[in-house]
Amino acid sequence: MSDTTATQTPPMGALLARWLPRAEALLIPLAALLCGLAVFSLFLLTLGKSPIDFYALIYKAGFSTAFSWQNTLSRVAPLLFAGLCVALPARLGLVVIGGEGAIVLGGLAAAVLGLAVVGAPPVIGFVVMAAGAALMGGLWIGAVGWLRFKRGVNETIASLLMAYIAIALMNHLVEGLFRDPQSLNKPSTAPLPEALRVGDMPIGIDVHWGFAFGVLACVISWVLMDRTTIGFAARIAGDNVRAAQVQGLPVGKLIIGFTALGGACAGLAGFFEVSAIHGSANGSLISGYGYTGILVAFLARHNPLAIIPVATLLAGFEASSGLIQRRMDLPDATILVMEGIVFVVLLLSETLYGRLAIFNPTFWEKKA
Amino acid sequence: MKRELTRRHFLNTTAAMGAATLAGAMMPGQARAASDLTVGFIYVGPKDDFGYNQAHAEGAAAVKEMAGVTVVEEENVPETVDVQNTMESMINFDGATLLFPTSFGYFDPHILEVAPKHPDVRFQHAAGLWSADKHPMNVGSYFGYIGMGQYLNGITAGYASKTKKIGFVAAKPIPQVLQNINSFLLGARSVDPEITCQVIFTGEWSLAVKEAEATNALADQGCDVITCHVDGPKVVMETAAARGAYVCGYHADQTALAPEKYLTGAEWNWAGVYTGMVQTVLDGGSIDNFVRGGLSDGFIKMSPLGPAVSDAARNQFEATKAEIMKGGYSVFKGPLKDNAGNVIAADGEAFVETDIALESMNYLVEGVLGSTS
Repeated sequence: MSDTTATQTPPMGALLARWLPRAEALLIPLAALLCGLAVFSLFLLTLGKSPIDFYALIYKAGFSTAFSWQNTLSRVAPLLFAGLCVALPARLGLVVIGGEGAIVLGGLAAAVLGLAVVGAPPVIGFVVMAAGAALMGGLWIGAVGWLRFKRGVNETIASLLMAYIAIALMNHLVEGLFRDPQSLNKPSTAPLPEALRVGDMPIGIDVHWGFAFGVLACVISWVLMDRTTIGFAARIAGDNVRAAQVQGLPVGKLIIGFTALGGACAGLAGFFEVSAIHGSANGSLISGYGYTGILVAFLARHNPLAIIPVATLLAGFEASSGLIQRRMDLPDATILVMEGIVFVVLLLSETLYGRLAIFNPTFWEKKA
Repeated sequence: MKRELTRRHFLNTTAAMGAATLAGAMMPGQARAASDLTVGFIYVGPKDDFGYNQAHAEGAAAVKEMAGVTVVEEENVPETVDVQNTMESMINFDGATLLFPTSFGYFDPHILEVAPKHPDVRFQHAAGLWSADKHPMNVGSYFGYIGMGQYLNGITAGYASKTKKIGFVAAKPIPQVLQNINSFLLGARSVDPEITCQVIFTGEWSLAVKEAEATNALADQGCDVITCHVDGPKVVMETAAARGAYVCGYHADQTALAPEKYLTGAEWNWAGVYTGMVQTVLDGGSIDNFVRGGLSDGFIKMSPLGPAVSDAARNQFEATKAEIMKGGYSVFKGPLKDNAGNVIAADGEAFVETDIALESMNYLVEGVLGSTS
């Protein structure tokens, strides 16, 4: 008897060491989410509205029926890509918040390249559009990384300011050089042919292929981050740049590479918006997905796999915004207030990591 | 002919509303379930923007008063897959069968994507985009000749201006906006041919900071009457009035923002249009797919004249308005050149308000200071 316990104890300790950090990474954000929702419920009560009705409506509008799921999932794709644009550089300790710019320019590149290859087989057309969008987004955010590494320019501010430049550039080009003369009152590029429009997945609800590719991008990013030496090097550099440099890691290449990779993801979001939704590039591309992506990435603690459920949850929140306006007579900013409160509580919860005894193996070992 | 039919509907609106109230009174008193028709309104910005969206929301408010009708509304809906989901949500969750997605950018691709899936739902879009050979029959479009209102604005501006310089804060150099700018100047020039109009484009439909900067820049240059074409004219009105300039409104009534300085304003009259369309559906009829109208059709109205409008201005304003009410009025008539010297209309040539050529306007007329690119 005592023999068996003796042989079981070491694996038990290893198990704890293995699972406790994971439990910590899951439970703290989850608790933060619930706390945030609780605080928001108080806010609703001060307005004289029922939190129960509110959350019931979120469930109804976002997750209850096939249509609700369509409503939710059709919003997820750009959030996945936009979340990656924040999460990938974040592992290097960089806070990039200008994904919106890469989405907008990626969309424009896709629209223009699509028109340039009209007549080519659709497969080639899609590859050219997607590659062009990814390249455009990669160059845009990669430039932020380059500025950071070469010139020491703060990447957060640079990326935000470059998003404004990107939007102005897109407006300028869509209203000038690339404008379809037929688009009188809404300047746009010429419409893409039907063959170059990304369709819906064959799952019975109208959700385009961007969702599948977004999930794929998250999985690939996770493998890259957690299962390759490049990802390991990036995390080292993120933890301590000096140490990484002393180890001889190519910090500059890592910084530029991962910002460019994030930008490429955002560019792909632009490609899917243009090819699956809009059919041309115009001002409607500026819709704030890049900024929601920041929230997605932080909620997911920059874990590419966690981005998938988090983006789905946030998309469900946004899907319910309309029904909440209509049924509860609350302004549309209500969902934004909720997201904001959750975000703040989440940032506060960052201080809890490593401080809670229950996530410390010794706590459990003493008990055992 | 189609216009004739619609116009009759609008003239009948008041009578029809009375009848509807009577019909409503006879129905059992259940609030939501009792309604015969659920109508959804979708706005791209806030309902209280003192502008484009408020004008539509005022129309929705009038529909709300109708018996047997439930109105559902959603504001700040972007022109993305969001609006497709909002339309579907109103259809699926609220049972809406008549939708008014009011922003220009909702049409292509969003309404065109959703409408074929719901042949029993009617989609009414605010812009003149529908065409029979390209678009589904359960989609309709409607719009108004609001340039006429800017022409009347220009008349009051022409009398009020001392510096002979008036100003225009514009969003984008697109045909609708250019037509408003040109109409405003031509109205002012019908009073005094010396007047010039400085235009500043902000590049966006809703960009408060730039709108304030543009208004201040116009005031700095000596413009003493200012109007605009942006989604929410609030900033322009308040800034201009604070600088001592007179203002002419756009989209909705902005008197409250500058009671002393407000001359008049070109407003949408969606209340009349929407109640007419909803009544048509309640009566079992079908709305025409392509509807347009101006002042005489009740699509457009003018804000009440402000205290700063002189008697002479009032007389010319009323006389011109009476002419426009007869229909077939021409603001754009020869001899007319653009501000680069190209001939737009030779002597004796004229474009009536309904002329399709006006809808691809790409020039600023002589006397407007500014450029389209």
